[in-house]
Amino acid sequence: MAQQGRYRILMAKAGLDGHDRGVKVVSRALRDAGMEVIYTGLHQTPEQVVRAAIDEDVDAVGLSLLSGAHMTIFPRILDLLRQEGGGDILLFGGGTIPEDDVLTLKQMGVAELFTPGASTVDIVDWVRAHVGRPTEASAGR
Amino acid sequence: MATETPAGELVDRLLAGNRRAAGQVISRIEDESPDVESIMRGIFPHTGNAYVVGITGPPGAGKSTVVDELIRVIRASGKRIGVVAVDPNSPFSGGAILGDRIRMMRHSSDTGVFIRSMGARGHLGGLALAARNTILVLDAMGFEVVLVETVGVGQSELEIAGTADTVALVVAPGMGDGVQAIKAGIMEIADIFVVNKADHPQANKTVADIRDLLRMEIAPRAWTPPIVKTVAIRNEGLEDLWIRTRQHRQYLERSGELENRRKLRLEAEILEIADRRLREQVLEPSTETEEFQQLLDRVVHRETDPYAVADRIVPRPGLGGV
Repeated sequence: MAQQGRYRILMAKAGLDGHDRGVKVVSRALRDAGMEVIYTGLHQTPEQVVRAAIDEDVDAVGLSLLSGAHMTIFPRILDLLRQEGGGDILLFGGGTIPEDDVLTLKQMGVAELFTPGASTVDIVDWVRAHVGRPTEASAGR
Repeated sequence: MATETPAGELVDRLLAGNRRAAGQVISRIEDESPDVESIMRGIFPHTGNAYVVGITGPPGAGKSTVVDELIRVIRASGKRIGVVAVDPNSPFSGGAILGDRIRMMRHSSDTGVFIRSMGARGHLGGLALAARNTILVLDAMGFEVVLVETVGVGQSELEIAGTADTVALVVAPGMGDGVQAIKAGIMEIADIFVVNKADHPQANKTVADIRDLLRMEIAPRAWTPPIVKTVAIRNEGLEDLWIRTRQHRQYLERSGELENRRKLRLEAEILEIADRRLREQVLEPSTETEEFQQLLDRVVHRETDPYAVADRIVPRPGLGGV
């Protein structure tokens, strides 16, 4: 019998940012929504994050950034994903990101950004609505 | 979403070493996509070269840290390594936080290492199959050693460990139930015992307990499992573990046991595939007929019995036709 395709999400922390309470809360919420979540742990390089995303064949990467380095790290991960043939893997994120930067990053190709105050329900709903693989995988039968 | 890449193209790309293709093929294996069979047939001729090491043991024994350190030791010898890390899913939501990878992230910048996390999902016995096929994918990609990490509880985890050439059982001292867990049927499949967290005061006691259990075995073993002490978090004892693993491999090769085990495993696999087909193509459809449903009602009312009905689906030997 075909297994129902399951959402696979990589939750990542990159750079010198040492705060991971938020990313853990979101990881837990996604798990409780029935998704498989792979968490990278702190202090990863964009290269490590992208390698993990490719090998694990995740549907989306959720990057948490509270360090202010978002204008460097988000574009770098987008670039690397494309280089590695993973341009179809959605990149979304969260953190303390000013509104102007949110707009710029979205224009670059970041699918969504959640700023302080976003609820886990909103994040789970967004992932469900925008990550398409599971229905597609089971449509093959 | 984008249309699915044809199976043949994915196989070609993964055989050429493309990680994206390998990752996607493993997803299809996990999703039990209809093209898995053709994918596996494309891959199979390129397999049989990897040495497969199972790392199993109770939760909290330090398996992921042992694997992480073992990767370091094996990479120092230049060999490329694939890792399959199996984690249980939440029985409540079906979701999972696949956490083994966290301990191994430093290897994510090394192209000689491919780590794949796998949730147990709802696979009914399919987990072992998915893990086995994933091992074959990594084997076909040219990874010389494949490490398979599983929690050593439950039948499917035992089955996965059973697909390894060498099985290392990791326990930690002071867990109380460590040796209990060993007794529950897993003792027999361990080729190497690893007492991790060996800086713990109870470590020598755990070593002695395992030694006692081994002495109590009735059937003598051709290979006596060594007991290796490690402190994985401080990089201690992992070289020794790798040496023991290689010794076990040499023993298997010299005694002809490696060939023998692999042959038996392939036999089991052929039977499993045939069994699956029999179930899907013969057994399950046979329950969908009206005749069967009537017979089932008669069984319910004790007018006939399950054996008589089964005879109609698969005749007993000596009974002739239906």
